[in-house]
Amino acid sequence: MRFTRNRLAAVLVAAALCAPVVAAAQLKIGFMGELSGPQGPLGQDQYDALMLLIEQNGGRLGGVPVQVLREDSQLKPDVANQIVERLIDKERVPIITGVTFSNVMMAVHKKITEKGVFLIGSNAGPSPIAGAQCSPYFFSTSWENGQQAEVVGKYMSDKGFKRVMTIAPNYQSGKDTVGGFKRYYANAPIGELWPALNTQDFSAEIAQIAAAQPEAVFAFLPGGLGINFIKQWNQAGMRGKIPLMTSSTTDGIGLPAMGDAALGVISGTFWGPDLANPANQKFVRDFEARYKRIPSQYAAQSYDAAQLLDSALRKVGGKVDDKPAFMAALKAADFKSVRGSFRYNTNQFPIQDFHMFEAVKDGQGRMTLKTIATPLREDKDAYFDKCPMK
Amino acid sequence: MTAALVLTQVLNGLQLGVLLFLLAAGLTLVFGIMDFVNLAHGSLYMVGAYLAAATASATGSFLLGALVAVPGTMLIGIVVDRIALSGLYRRDHLDQVLATFGLVLFFNEAVRIVWGPSPLYFETPQWLSGTVELFGFGYAAYRLAIIVVGLAVAAFLAWLIHGTRVGMLIRAGASNAPIVSALGVDIRRLNMLIFGLGAGLAGLAGLMAGPIFSVQSGMGETILIQTLVVIIVGGIGSIRGAFLAALIVGVVDTLGRVFLPIWMARAMEPAIAQAAGPALASMLIYLLMAGVLAFRPAGLFPVRG
Repeated sequence: MRFTRNRLAAVLVAAALCAPVVAAAQLKIGFMGELSGPQGPLGQDQYDALMLLIEQNGGRLGGVPVQVLREDSQLKPDVANQIVERLIDKERVPIITGVTFSNVMMAVHKKITEKGVFLIGSNAGPSPIAGAQCSPYFFSTSWENGQQAEVVGKYMSDKGFKRVMTIAPNYQSGKDTVGGFKRYYANAPIGELWPALNTQDFSAEIAQIAAAQPEAVFAFLPGGLGINFIKQWNQAGMRGKIPLMTSSTTDGIGLPAMGDAALGVISGTFWGPDLANPANQKFVRDFEARYKRIPSQYAAQSYDAAQLLDSALRKVGGKVDDKPAFMAALKAADFKSVRGSFRYNTNQFPIQDFHMFEAVKDGQGRMTLKTIATPLREDKDAYFDKCPMK
Repeated sequence: MTAALVLTQVLNGLQLGVLLFLLAAGLTLVFGIMDFVNLAHGSLYMVGAYLAAATASATGSFLLGALVAVPGTMLIGIVVDRIALSGLYRRDHLDQVLATFGLVLFFNEAVRIVWGPSPLYFETPQWLSGTVELFGFGYAAYRLAIIVVGLAVAAFLAWLIHGTRVGMLIRAGASNAPIVSALGVDIRRLNMLIFGLGAGLAGLAGLMAGPIFSVQSGMGETILIQTLVVIIVGGIGSIRGAFLAALIVGVVDTLGRVFLPIWMARAMEPAIAQAAGPALASMLIYLLMAGVLAFRPAGLFPVRG
């Protein structure tokens, strides 16, 4: 007993002596995302993909040893604010990445960028920060919220659907997304359904769709909403009768829980696991080997954030204190994105292609996404000209 | 607005109603007889759904899922009651709310630790996956099955409460618990029975809801709020009240969500109707509850005491 305690004390002393030395050599990076609760899997995929690249590089990004401080914002803007204050004032991190939800992004974006801390957003892209409130310290590796719906609107116009209904939860992101859809869809929808954000049972909405008999339906039902809707859509015998096109609904997080009920559902976004470029094939293979699951788009976005940091840190030799140089290095986006072509627009959101995907089964019987069309090439978001940066 | 649409919606309303009834029956008895506010009732529903989904996925059998989920949830309910809740029966409602809210957080994290953060896969059994032709339109067979199970449980509870000695004690407990205790009835055993029964029904609700809803951490909270509305509208402690109120709430909620926006679009500017219609529709059951509280504070079908 005494021996154990002495040894423990020795270890503690050694750790206390070593810690400052290690910390001084390491670059601290804050990761903040939704890691608990129903939306936890999104943040977990972001975190896992970031750590994948760091692990592969032996704990380094751009040749610099990094220490990632993992923070759970719990989908609560006030919690996120406290985390950001601690990361910046106490931990003195020069870089924060992650941020899963738009309401959290809106709460922390100004606070982080005004202090001259770099924010690499790897999911949420609310329109104000792409437009009037854009910042030179913010870089997105995802999209502006409306874009994933715009591609579906374009696709449905291309397909010649005339009578279309939309369904989205009755809150700000729902309105923004349907707005994005309508920007690129040639006709006016014949009906718009706005269930409450906490809706579990969509039977009322599905019966209305069945009664109206549209040629196709556009759905934006993220997270658990989508799982409920897709299951109930299938049970009501609607799958295969009316084409269902979605955004942020049949994604890599929801598909395993939806199973066969999602087969044939079409969705639009910037990335899928089957995109045929070498960087993506390596990423998907490595992610599956490490975490035993197919990466979602949220993992892909975060892996690109890690690659972006890797490329920029290498360019400046780890000297993030030279902010203009590091900013220019980030803006150059000199890395092989898993989505293929990637370059920054003036508002520091990517200019990129958007594809359509069908939910299918892979060789092992798992649900995954297959690319079927690329309606938007080199697409820019609808707000960049409102951003004062040129 | 065709007859088929109205009929489908009435069936959908009934289906939501019986699901709410399975939860409300247990909650109203625990509240009415034991004078205990149990916010963790929704967590038992979630546990039932997880047990069913995990068993059904592992074995491929929905029935095995049912055999594990219902007794399993009952057992977990009784254990939680004995360990954590029975000491709180005599405390005031605020203490009970705090403790059972803590249990909600505990269960939400516990299912994440056991089954991981991603929602669980749980599909309808093959023999209930199609649609049934009813009055010339197709209706999901699984939803019909929920209605049948709910009505069967209601019939069973009616027999239990009105046809058995245990039921007599439950009724007596609902109208005056101290007198029942003074008459020499072992109130402790009666409480355990009621709590176990409520937990089992919550597990059954979770099992039935699993294939239509997303089986995920936190799924119990949304439905708990609707269940609380049901027991307030029905009258606390009354099984009959819970049944009728559940059907009323289910039908009002479903029909309101479909037809209120349509009616409002006819009566006013489309832009205003589009904004106000869905918002008002989702408030409808709470307006109903407020109305009941204003005019019949004891609920529509209170326990005769």
